[in-house]
Amino acid sequence: MALDLFKERGTRLDQQHLDWQDLSPMPISKLDDDAFTRVRIILMNGIEQQRGRLMHHLAQFHGPLRVPLAQVRRVSHHQQTMVNWLLPPDQTPLETTIAYEQVAIEVTAMIAQAEPDPYHAQMHRFGLLEDFDHLYRFSALLDRTEGKDANNILQSYTDVAPGRPTVIEHRAPVDDVRRPYDRQTADALTKIHNLTLVSGEYQTRDFYMTVGPMSPSMLGRLLYAEIASIEEQHVTQYESLLDPNESPLEKWLMQELTTVYNYASCVKTETNPRIRAIWQRCLDNTLGHLHFAMEVFRQLDKRDPRELVPERLPEAFSYTNNRDYVREVLKDEVHLRAVGQEIVDPARVSESEATERYRALINKSGSPTSSVADGWQWRPGGELTMGPQALMDFSAGRLQ
Amino acid sequence: MTKRKNDSSKLGMNRTGIKASPKNGPRMIEGAEKLTLAYVPEDEEGSYVRMMVRGASMEGTMGSVPPPPGPKGMVKTAAKMLGGRDPNLLIDKLGARIAFERTGVRLYDAALVKLAATGSWEGGPDVEGLRHIREEEHAHFLMLCECMESLGGDPTAMTPAANTEAMASEGVVKLLADPRSSLSQALEGLLIAELADRDGWMGLIHLARAMGNDDFVQRFEQAHLEEEEHLRMIRTWMQQRIADASRFELEEQAPPG
Repeated sequence: MALDLFKERGTRLDQQHLDWQDLSPMPISKLDDDAFTRVRIILMNGIEQQRGRLMHHLAQFHGPLRVPLAQVRRVSHHQQTMVNWLLPPDQTPLETTIAYEQVAIEVTAMIAQAEPDPYHAQMHRFGLLEDFDHLYRFSALLDRTEGKDANNILQSYTDVAPGRPTVIEHRAPVDDVRRPYDRQTADALTKIHNLTLVSGEYQTRDFYMTVGPMSPSMLGRLLYAEIASIEEQHVTQYESLLDPNESPLEKWLMQELTTVYNYASCVKTETNPRIRAIWQRCLDNTLGHLHFAMEVFRQLDKRDPRELVPERLPEAFSYTNNRDYVREVLKDEVHLRAVGQEIVDPARVSESEATERYRALINKSGSPTSSVADGWQWRPGGELTMGPQALMDFSAGRLQ
Repeated sequence: MTKRKNDSSKLGMNRTGIKASPKNGPRMIEGAEKLTLAYVPEDEEGSYVRMMVRGASMEGTMGSVPPPPGPKGMVKTAAKMLGGRDPNLLIDKLGARIAFERTGVRLYDAALVKLAATGSWEGGPDVEGLRHIREEEHAHFLMLCECMESLGGDPTAMTPAANTEAMASEGVVKLLADPRSSLSQALEGLLIAELADRDGWMGLIHLARAMGNDDFVQRFEQAHLEEEEHLRMIRTWMQQRIADASRFELEEQAPPG
């Protein structure tokens, strides 16, 4: 039964208390917990991060909102801490990177299938195939530098294979800016989907910008630099799908609704009871934030929040395996390219001169994402299970 | 063959240590002494030790040994191979050696890259020596995968012991991958890895013997002998490095002509 957003008021903002022990719960097990538990943790960290980022920016542009935003933001910050601290310390930055790409693939696939607006669904499928390729490149790095199998993180839910090659994902900025939804006519689910993806992609960009310099090998550092640049393009794409004419309060309200929707999806699908209790607590708190924001909306914008917030929460994310769907999209759309606001078939419409020029310049000394996966194919247990042929030949400068 | 651009013991502009700042160093000490009011928690619960112990007492594990993937008959076969004993401990430790040997191959790949880029020193590592070790680590990895399969276990799984050893050796992987570390610095990492590896094999032999699996004992003893040789080679290269460096210093200091 979908949540009635106007009846379910959650925990009142002044009743929400977390202490340091709450903020640092026992982490999940990298080996024993289900990969989708990790997917939910990473996504919710991204949602809370985006919520905090948005609230900070709104406070800088809209005086009357400064105090209400500060009140909600403090709890949001602590929720983000509690959620992100669930990641275990034995998960290395590169293993966490594999998990981030799994989040990008599985969450984008869920969203693309549920999206009611065909234009937006196409944008999501376009981004999906690019993140799919990143997983392949990072998995090669993990195998070749640390001797580890990415599938111990993925748990066989997500295929590891090339997507749209990263080397050709580099586009001029003008070819990353898409057409926004119309705030007055768009379905609430379309708004929720886009805000979820902005959150996920933004945190991926920021994570790579943080851990990239911690990567010890030169190839690893180059790889993070190249893929972080695409994540920046993805933030640009998903952000451009949001209507820039929404009022600051409208944006805040939709972000709160998106957070409620995502926590509710986590509660519904979580398999670890201890983690489900954390999702439930965050959902109750966030419902309190939504009602708080609706009240501020009534007072300051003099509008009825029912204009934006649906009576009932849309159907929750399923958090199930999307393998068949991703393979289908890969088969049908990997060749597509972006020109301006549109996704095109390059057999009919050529890419822009600006993109071709930019790509030639950025790749002029080669593409690290291509080098790292030179001759690499995922196999259980890693490349070395091939036997003696998995040997570096330095005379030829490549694998034998 | 010898290139010294990555010489690790060269004098330079290192800015660490209190003595590197003759003016500000003493003021640092003065500041800490004058400005720090020692915090004493109100109750014992807030003490450093109590907090650490409380953290370590929380429930939770890194993970468990995966259940056997095959049909029940496979599990019975495994138990039979081990004289009816529980295979979990052996599977855990086999998983650890599989992971360690696989990462070991990558460490020698990284050493080969360094060698190709910067060269070696007289009596130091050469392509033949590094490849020899790399190939043996690889062969050990493949042999261990076979052993795991014969017990009905999954050689691709990350067991708790594999995860523990990976955590413990993370620094070695980083050192070898860092493009700024020299071949001689890389050897410091390889020495740590080979020492741990040798003892890992000894533990595995002991375990296989206790479980009465003579086939495993024989195969592991052979691998252990090869690991002993790896250790000797690393130690020799390191000793040659010291001898080479001292000789180089003397040559540099000697008057011309």
